[in-house]
Amino acid sequence: MAIELQNVSYTYMANTPMERQALSGISLEIQEGSFTAIAGHTGSGKSTLLQHLNGLIHPTNGHVLVDGVDLQPKKKAERRRAKAAAQQVGMVFQYPEQQLFEETVAKDIAFGPQNLGLSEEEIEGRVREAMELMHLDYATFKDVSPFALSGGQMRRVAIAGMLALRPKYLVLDEPTAGLDPRGRRELTETITRLHREEHVTILFVSHNMDDIVRLADRVVVLSKGRLLAYDTPRRVFQQDVLLEEAGLQPPEAFQLAACLREAGIEIPVDTMREEEVVSRVLELFRGRRG
Amino acid sequence: MLSDITIGQFFPGDTFLHRLDPRTKLITLIFFMVAIFAFHTFGIYAALTLFTVILVFSSNVPMGMILRSIKPILWILLFTFVIHVFSTPGDSLFRLWRFDATLEGIERGTFISLRLILLIVLASLLTFTTSPLKLTDAMEALLSPLKRFGVPAHELAMMMTIALRFVPTLIEETDRIMKAQESRGADFSEGSIVARVRAVVPILVPLFLSAFRRADDLALAMEARCYHGGEGRTQMKALCFHRLDVIAFLFTAVFLTVLTILSLQP
Repeated sequence: MAIELQNVSYTYMANTPMERQALSGISLEIQEGSFTAIAGHTGSGKSTLLQHLNGLIHPTNGHVLVDGVDLQPKKKAERRRAKAAAQQVGMVFQYPEQQLFEETVAKDIAFGPQNLGLSEEEIEGRVREAMELMHLDYATFKDVSPFALSGGQMRRVAIAGMLALRPKYLVLDEPTAGLDPRGRRELTETITRLHREEHVTILFVSHNMDDIVRLADRVVVLSKGRLLAYDTPRRVFQQDVLLEEAGLQPPEAFQLAACLREAGIEIPVDTMREEEVVSRVLELFRGRRG
Repeated sequence: MLSDITIGQFFPGDTFLHRLDPRTKLITLIFFMVAIFAFHTFGIYAALTLFTVILVFSSNVPMGMILRSIKPILWILLFTFVIHVFSTPGDSLFRLWRFDATLEGIERGTFISLRLILLIVLASLLTFTTSPLKLTDAMEALLSPLKRFGVPAHELAMMMTIALRFVPTLIEETDRIMKAQESRGADFSEGSIVARVRAVVPILVPLFLSAFRRADDLALAMEARCYHGGEGRTQMKALCFHRLDVIAFLFTAVFLTVLTILSLQP
């Protein structure tokens, strides 16, 4: 099971003077159970690509398939199936806390399940479950106004609102943007745990290459609406020509390793993580002393 | 749907329409609008239409945009045309139930439709070729004599600038919030009227919140730059009339006088 993009192109405001092609000929397959990052400069088409994944917009050309179901069916009879398939993909926009509107946290999270037409008990169960997944204590927060919470907590509530729909795939557009370092770390941990323990397939956009190396097993690199690379972060970030074309910087640890290598310290070329650099340096240091 | 809104769109360019002082454009536009309503004869309408077409072509604004500016009033046009065709007394062409379609009716209907089209096209040309900032500057300049009578010209212009500035931002924001709520299973296109009105709440609450937040931020940013109303405030790009403006005024005066003389002749 997977999300498949087949030769997807998208043009904004087609047939007007403001016509602009945002995506051209993108084909890729996101396997269930994977943890995929999407990287690219501003205006590379990341947000447009994301909106295709749950059928918010349909490709001008090409197809998007979720678990083998085309999200833009030709026959009317298949629409229900397409809608159900699209609901397998949960979409968390940038600054999702800006979409909160209800009086209490529990009511806001219940908005999604209510739209599915579930029973009261089922809804309460899902709200409780989603809040626990996002590390929000049900008894403490359920009757609190979401607007009385901190930024990080509001974001958790918003993501819980998405999780209450029990999506198989969770798409997040820069989930940690605008959070303080602590909120950032906690949210990253929660997302990693969702992937590891709840087996939710994760797709996230990030501008932080170190995060991508640390979290993702695959990275999609976009530039000017084209797919530049789709591979493991370790392999992608070693290609400086490719990164330059995409307008991206390699991870800081990788840059540090390159500097150390220039200074004559032996360190492998595919060093990407902070821990790897630290342990290598420690190793050399101990070797020299001993 | 949301992308159909053409108000406040501006096409940068360097044609003579772009170079004219915005005050010139506003004043001459008002004169032409009065003229469009004042005259009734076929020949003069032909002249005004020709004049508008020449302006459209010389403005370098894409033809599609001009046509799109007419689109929102298409139904009004059709409605007024049909009403005139069937309600004007005269020689009956054919009968539909109890109403007669008359030749005079068709003539009047065409005039009224042409009037509306010319008005919209000329007004759109003004906004297409003038940046919103210049336009509000011109409004402030033209209203400032009224300051003596307590008309807050500067404040009105500033409010106008801010409102125009935030139209695209709010459209974008609405689109984003709608998509976010749609992703949570909200449906804005189906159900009874009550259901649809209720479906608007999840859009309006976040939209108002963000609009207030933006207003707050903007007020703070303006105060941080010592904004305290229009008193003693100068402009970086002060409006100033050039030779082109004099020519435009003279042309308008001559053109409209000739039309008036022609229309007065039997």
